[in-house]
Amino acid sequence: MTSSVLRLSSITKRFGPLTANDAISFELAPGEVVALLGENGAGKTTLMNILFGHYVADEGTVEVFGEALPPGDPRAALEAGVGMVHQHFTLADNMTVLENIALGTESPWRLSLDRRRAAARIRALATDFGLEVDPAATISALTVGERQRVEILKALYRDARILILDEPTAVLTPIETEALFSTLRKLVAKGLSIIFISHKLNEVLAISDRVVVLRAGKLSGERRTAGATRQELAALMVGQEVAPPAVPEVARGPVLLKLYGVSTTGRGTRQRLDDVSLALIGGEITGLAGVSGNGQAALADLIAGLEKPASGRIEIASAAIADWSPRAALAAGIARIPEDRHAVGTIGDMSVTENVMAEQYRAPRFSKRGFLDWKAARAFAEEIIRDYDVKCPSPEARIRLLSGGNMQKLILGRALDPDPAVILANQPTRGLDVGAIAYVHGRLLAARARGAAILLISEDLEEIMALSDRILVMSNGRLSTPSARGERSVRDLAELMAGHGLEAA
Amino acid sequence: MRLEPRPAPGMATLVLLPLGAILVTVLAASLLVLAAGASPLSVFGLVLKGAAGTQFALLETLTRATPLIFTGLAIAVAFRAKLWNIGAEAQLYAGAVATVVLGTGALPLPAPILVPLLMIAAVSAGALLLLGPAILKTRFGVDEVVTTLLLNFIMLLFVSMLLEGVLKDPMGLGWPQSQKLIAEARLPRIITGKRLHYGFVVAVFSAIVVWIIMKKTALGYEMRAVGHNPTAARFAGIPVNGVLLKTAILSGGLAALAGFSEVAGLKGNLTLDLSPGFGYSGIVVAMLAMLNPLGVVAAAIFVAGIFVGADAMSRTAGVPSYIANVMVATALLTMVTAIMLTRFKVRWR
Repeated sequence: MTSSVLRLSSITKRFGPLTANDAISFELAPGEVVALLGENGAGKTTLMNILFGHYVADEGTVEVFGEALPPGDPRAALEAGVGMVHQHFTLADNMTVLENIALGTESPWRLSLDRRRAAARIRALATDFGLEVDPAATISALTVGERQRVEILKALYRDARILILDEPTAVLTPIETEALFSTLRKLVAKGLSIIFISHKLNEVLAISDRVVVLRAGKLSGERRTAGATRQELAALMVGQEVAPPAVPEVARGPVLLKLYGVSTTGRGTRQRLDDVSLALIGGEITGLAGVSGNGQAALADLIAGLEKPASGRIEIASAAIADWSPRAALAAGIARIPEDRHAVGTIGDMSVTENVMAEQYRAPRFSKRGFLDWKAARAFAEEIIRDYDVKCPSPEARIRLLSGGNMQKLILGRALDPDPAVILANQPTRGLDVGAIAYVHGRLLAARARGAAILLISEDLEEIMALSDRILVMSNGRLSTPSARGERSVRDLAELMAGHGLEAA
Repeated sequence: MRLEPRPAPGMATLVLLPLGAILVTVLAASLLVLAAGASPLSVFGLVLKGAAGTQFALLETLTRATPLIFTGLAIAVAFRAKLWNIGAEAQLYAGAVATVVLGTGALPLPAPILVPLLMIAAVSAGALLLLGPAILKTRFGVDEVVTTLLLNFIMLLFVSMLLEGVLKDPMGLGWPQSQKLIAEARLPRIITGKRLHYGFVVAVFSAIVVWIIMKKTALGYEMRAVGHNPTAARFAGIPVNGVLLKTAILSGGLAALAGFSEVAGLKGNLTLDLSPGFGYSGIVVAMLAMLNPLGVVAAAIFVAGIFVGADAMSRTAGVPSYIANVMVATALLTMVTAIMLTRFKVRWR
């Protein structure tokens, strides 16, 4: 017999002409953390979906604890002790933590849930593994990090012995990531095995025992983490070495956008802006750091035109703005890269052409007397596809079918086409692979060299520090004083992110 | 059984789907025909003959299809923007009321001026009726399914009140019906002596216009964008609420034209049974057409054919004409299932 808890043998999955997984095999030992590394579209998620029974493999077998899993049955994987934490959580927002965890574990013939027993079990699991969360809390009131803990608890509650985490850190702050890692270490110490899917090299190096690298659907390499280097893994992942962005000196321009003491009302449970003043200067990247949910989204919505200031004012090129809307923001020369490319940035069921023209379809270039010029629109889409190296079957393809990186390139192309004076880039590289990140950074730096004023909002502190000429920190809806490149250390910034020292500012 | 998403369907799928849906419908209805003790083959033969077997039958089917084209277009336009207009029935009656109020002698004008004027009046009445729910939706988030659906009942009772009151024909022997339109207000017949009238031509013309709007204009693009993803549409600078209001005007106006054309082209006056549910059948028509304006014409003729054919069949074969309702309803269900199958692939494990 073998000592591996999980064995994938030459898994192959094709979607039409595309081979998403090409004869991929690997094993997982008890108490081991295997990182599955690869760019977006390399086939990581497809492979896990096969393991978990969401897809049926065209070839190959999955064995868990020596037993072959019947293909295409998620319940079989669950019962065999495989738990999955998806990148996009699968929780019912209006129900409590306890209800979400226990959902589906009780016999259908029981009329009510044994809450006390369930709660006790959840608490025991939570203290064992450092997953503190109140079983009676409603999901909608929890932070992203807490929701993820609930997802992990859900798997553990079902006696999972193998845990699959799909891009678990994509939504977490650095502090939450640390907490997640310590939980994972405790789980491994108890003999669980973990598959950690990621494309962030430093995290993979920090948490895993072994790294399996996928590239374009094929297994491109396998390394013990102990002896692996960042460069080596990056090369396996993208097929070439990647260099950090070089930020050249650029002459400063005039102030292009100014906020004077702006406050917002904060729709729903959102953090509102509290007396925020800000100046964006041509030829500068202003980085905005902060823990998620501290008002960055409100600031982004304000500048994007989605929200109006409740008090204070916006000034663009020294002219105060009266009627503020997305259209007004576009007309004022503000390019917007939204945080959520699926829900906000693109219309999934419309074509690439229809998506890239969305911000300009009323311009004389694309329409005359209310009639659209589809030929011009298609030519525009082809231009962006070519200039931004977008991989897509045709301008008529539904944008939903594109990978995240290619979608982001289209959004970038759409936003940067009119040579905007101001660029709002909200989490522009979230969830992208190394190659796409370098591409997005390159485009932002080119816009900076051209004299655009850029506001870069990111939860990735490394990104902020690498690109920004000035760094601001947002906490509780308020902005810190700016600091020049290299002026504040990571530690100083983390203090500001935690809300210390803002009063003095 | 599991569902996997699939890429955009090809042209062949889009044509084969409605045909498949119709085939399933016929098979399902066959069971009922067998239960009624008749032979499905001969019954469907009779339905076909009754719908298109003779010149009379064909003209009758096209006459019946006319209001269905209008209501089908109204629904197709609204559903494209995800404005769930279930109130085409009420908008139809609004158009009919406007036609009767102005067309029974209040405006003594020659036909070339009066007919277009009546059409404008009808369209305005229907548009106004749908604007109410649309404003409630855009301003306060009131669910338009509820408001438009309930307005159907309110409108029908309102028409009933009018026909018992101010609009009642003094010469109508006490029946709840309006006066006849004056001759200048009537739509002429296409063939003298037959019931098919120029409303049919207006309907087909409207379908072409709507098709052009949806395919070629900025408004059509806006409507589709708002329907697919209002959040992304708003972000891109599309005035979502304004688009929904324009959609309401277009949709309500089209449904009202059904009322205008039934009164001015066919009946000549307004009664409470002007529409045997054309507003609701419009939903079936629009779904069968997969919201394509030109497809609406074909779907309306198909649905009308089933009703007209089933009427003729029941007179000869003794199978109740309610079979038509069953067939239309089954067609809707199979079509909705088929549309789902264009987006997802079923995996039997």
